[in-house]
Amino acid sequence: MSDIKEREPLFSSKNIKLLTNPLGDNNPITIQVLGICSALAVTAKLQPAIVMAISVMVVLAVSNVIVSLFRSLVPPRIRIIFQLVVIAMMVILVDQVLKAYAFETSKQLSVFVGLIITNCIIMGRLEAFAMANKPWPSFLDGIGNAAGYGLILIIVAFFRELLGSGTVMGYPIMEKIGIYNIGYEDNGMMILPPMALITVGIIIWIQRSRNKDLVEEN
Amino acid sequence: MKNFSNTYIFIFATIMVAIVALILSTAALLLQPRQAKNAEIEKKRNILASVGVEATEVDAEALYDKFITESFVINNKAEKVEGVAFDINVKKEQRLDINEQRFPVFVAQQENGSKNFIMPLEGKGLWGPIWGYMALNEDLRSIYGVTFDHKSETPGLGAEINTSWFEDMFKNKTLFKGDEFTGILVQKGGADPNDMGAVDAISGGTITSKALEKMVYDCMVNYVEFLKTYSN
Repeated sequence: MSDIKEREPLFSSKNIKLLTNPLGDNNPITIQVLGICSALAVTAKLQPAIVMAISVMVVLAVSNVIVSLFRSLVPPRIRIIFQLVVIAMMVILVDQVLKAYAFETSKQLSVFVGLIITNCIIMGRLEAFAMANKPWPSFLDGIGNAAGYGLILIIVAFFRELLGSGTVMGYPIMEKIGIYNIGYEDNGMMILPPMALITVGIIIWIQRSRNKDLVEEN
Repeated sequence: MKNFSNTYIFIFATIMVAIVALILSTAALLLQPRQAKNAEIEKKRNILASVGVEATEVDAEALYDKFITESFVINNKAEKVEGVAFDINVKKEQRLDINEQRFPVFVAQQENGSKNFIMPLEGKGLWGPIWGYMALNEDLRSIYGVTFDHKSETPGLGAEINTSWFEDMFKNKTLFKGDEFTGILVQKGGADPNDMGAVDAISGGTITSKALEKMVYDCMVNYVEFLKTYSN
């Protein structure tokens, strides 16, 4: 650490951008359209979606830091293998910890925790960012992108659970406000995977209609 | 971009794999007791669910000790054999020769004094394993309650086997027609409600429904000797 004179503050505006950009205008799901598969699979209920978001955040942030620390030692020819090994290790650790401390949720997420390995966002960030940046910005980039992913997951899961099961975090909110008495019924279709895709589509639509810069030219 | 020699790449890869292996095996060893405990609690909850006792992670052990008063292990000739019923892995037993297999039986004592006999079920669904527990009434012919679960059946279709509308249909159905063991028919297109040996299949989940029917038959047929002799 000889470069004290150039050392930028931990939360410089550039670093803050790393955190906030993926939440909005560079969101991994709605703008880059990555990680859609798990966004469809785990969003029928809010609680597994939150656990999934946290799991991805842990995996992405830690993998980003590890890859960034070793970036000058890793031979470019096996860098993808190195990245995969790091991701796989983190995912197995998260899976094992969930099995030990959050058994019910790990049962609901079942195979999807293992599938974090194939979540395109993670490899994408390791290859595009962590391989070329210092550990601290990489960490922020990991947190930011996972938060952007998690935000969409939680929004989608909120609407799917509310409209599909009439509950929020398992709390029967629709029943409590007495909406069933006036003939309202839960929409079972919201529970099925296609409605996750349509919900994500609606979010993308709203986002692009508010910010025309995001609309691609054809 | 720096150029790395092949030797360096080999050494790097070897060290990387060794470190990762060390980290993962340490984690697995440290977390294993807790995971085993969770699996045990889950099994107790499933057994209790078949006799209609809803247990949470917290009270499962206490409720299990309260309701499950007895358990024993039999062979397919209804003779009692050595073994702890709770520790028997049914899936492993199913790979053995039929005469060597051991079958656990759990006995639940309800608050009103009636007894239920609980037997585990293990089978193959459409995408992965399905399993469950079947609780019989004291007559050892009719069903008191069932609980099913699955690893990866299709959500909304085959996965419906673990919902109460499906499980409740099994209540009071009987495994025998006269003296003959028939199992429970899971009927596509709907069963006659008066037919005591059949339930409705799941629309769109025919393969899972049939797999479940086969699981109930294949598992319970091994208990037939026991069911016939014990009830007399």
